[in-house]
Formats: sequence, C-alpha cells, structure tokens
Amino acid sequence: MKRLLPLPLLLVLGFAIAADAPYPLDAPAPDGRRPGGTLTEEFTPPPLRDEENKDLRRERNYPEQPPTIPHAVRNYQIDINGNRCLACHSREASARTQAPMISITHFNDRDGQTLGTVSPRRYFCMQCHVPQHDVEPLVGNDFKDIDTLLYHESTSEEDE
Amino acid sequence: MKRILPFLKRYWGVLRRPSVHYSLGALTLGGFIAGIIFWGGFNTALEATNTEAFCISCHEMENNVYMEIKETIHYSNRSGVRATCPDCHVPHEWTDKIARKMQASKEVWGKIFGTINTREKFLEKRRELAEHEWARLKANDSLECRNCHDYEYMDFTRQSPRAAKFHSRSLGTGEATCIDCHKGIAHRLPDMRGVPGW
Repeated sequence: MKRLLPLPLLLVLGFAIAADAPYPLDAPAPDGRRPGGTLTEEFTPPPLRDEENKDLRRERNYPEQPPTIPHAVRNYQIDINGNRCLACHSREASARTQAPMISITHFNDRDGQTLGTVSPRRYFCMQCHVPQHDVEPLVGNDFKDIDTLLYHESTSEEDE
Repeated sequence: MKRILPFLKRYWGVLRRPSVHYSLGALTLGGFIAGIIFWGGFNTALEATNTEAFCISCHEMENNVYMEIKETIHYSNRSGVRATCPDCHVPHEWTDKIARKMQASKEVWGKIFGTINTREKFLEKRRELAEHEWARLKANDSLECRNCHDYEYMDFTRQSPRAAKFHSRSLGTGEATCIDCHKGIAHRLPDMRGVPGW
C-alpha cells in the first residue's frame, strides 16, 4: 500500500496543476508577418523561392546601403577556412573575374586603421549584403530616396 | 635457390604432362566455368565496393564527408538525380577504375591504423586529402564531372550571364577545367590559404 501511495497523489496533483494553470495551455502566438497560430497549430510555410540570378547590379536606395547580391549564393562557404565571395570580389581577384572589388572601407578595423586586406569585422559578407528573391514584399514601405524628396521640395516651392 | 629450383622443376613437369585421369573436355569446360565464376565474383566484389553504402560503412566517411554532401545540390535537388560517392571519386573506365582501386589500398591502411578516425584528425588531414582529389581531377581534366556535365551540351542561354561568360572563356578554350573553379561543391573546404583562385 505504501508503495502505491504516490500514484493517486500524482493523479490528484496532476489534475490540480492542469486545472489551476493561470494561462491558456494552447497559447496563441502573436501574428507577425505570418499568422502566429497556437502552440498546437501547424501552418504550411510559404514556398521557398530561388534567389534572383540576373547578374544585374541594383540601384541603392541610399548612398550607404550595402549593395544587394545580384546572383545566387547557395552554399557559399564563408568561414575560417575560406571566403567564397572574396574568391571573386577581393582586390587580387577582381581583374580576373571582373567582379566589383570590395570597397576600401572594408579594410578599416574598428580603430580606423586601414589594414592590408579585408578587416575581420567585415569578413562575413552576408551580414550586410544579401541576395534578393522575386516575391511581393510582406510589409508595405513608402520610403522615398533623397532625389525624389529634393525634387518634391523644389517643385512644391515653385508652386507657392 | 638450390632448394627452390627442383621444386619448381617438379611443378613444371606436372603442368607439362598431359592429364591422365580427366578428359580434355572436362578440363576445358571446367576451366571455362571456373573462369566465369571467378571473373564474375571478382567483378561483383569490385562493384560492391563501388557503392555509397560501402563507402559510408566506415564512420570516417559517414560522419564527415557524407554529412556534408547532404546539404548540397549533388545530394538533394528538384529533379531527384543525385551523385553518389563513386560517381565522382571512382573513374568509370575499367582500367582507370582498377588503378584507383589499387591506390585505395592506402585507404585500407588508413582505416586499419586510424589515420582519420576522429574528427580532429580528419580536419587536420583534410587539406592533404582535398589536394589529392584536386590533383586527380585536374590530371584527368575533371573526367568524373564531365561524365554528367558535358560542355558540348551546355545551353548558355539557360545559365546565368556570369556562368555563361566564365564557361565560354575558360572552360571552352580548355584554359581551365571544372575543378579549377568548382572546389568544395560537394564537401566543405579545408583551409584555403595559398590555393590559387582563393
């Protein structure tokens, strides 16, 4: 009997815990760019698209924007052993491959010292430069670039 | 030498003497059938070592290189055509295949003595192993790539402009071969310091 005691105890305790939970057990997740659903719900993720691979440089929206990658970069290895991006975009390789050389700003370390080659903090290209996919943006955006703004300002001044 | 010579002479005599108990028919037919069995057995055993299942029966291959190819397009892709280990690492022609298999005896040695039986040992030796494969593919003009990827049938209009430019400029002229640019397409790369083009 003594050995069986824990069993009903566990049962009672279990019910108590289940009933007293001060939060819904099947808690809903917030809706983000996709519906959040609840813990037990499972949604089919949107299909993955191929990276745009037209090799045409895209316009930058503002001067400091890291240019986006206009080609496929699937499985590019960037680690301690090698950097596939730099195999073409480094200073030495850019003439051979006709790929744009990485900007000289990438040679600066955080103290403003210019190094002989790409600085460690700028080594991981895809932290800033990303490939693009041919999909509808999930979030709306009414960003206007500086030229549009200046043009708008000058024309509205003329109107007055 | 003095003891071996009479021994050899005796056997030479046996070989030269016509058979006493067996008919010529039994001997030729028996020899023919035995030949088929031995040759068939040899080839079956050879082909058995030419399968992915055989390669990854060693943990050295299964835990390192096989795990890496799984992420790549040569393992998983939209049409389901895939390359297995021997497709790239063993020549398809018979003579070349036998030559490679003889070289592979060193790999048996490595297996027995555990040259790469831990991840650390493997990583340390990886550059050397990779260089062997690069040298092999460079020497045979990337034959194992070309068994499937034939320059003659490449449709440049279906390639990205960048790929088409490089293929026509370097591959078409014979200036470079596949492995010169396409290193590390099926496995992760070792330390690439000093490798041309990196």
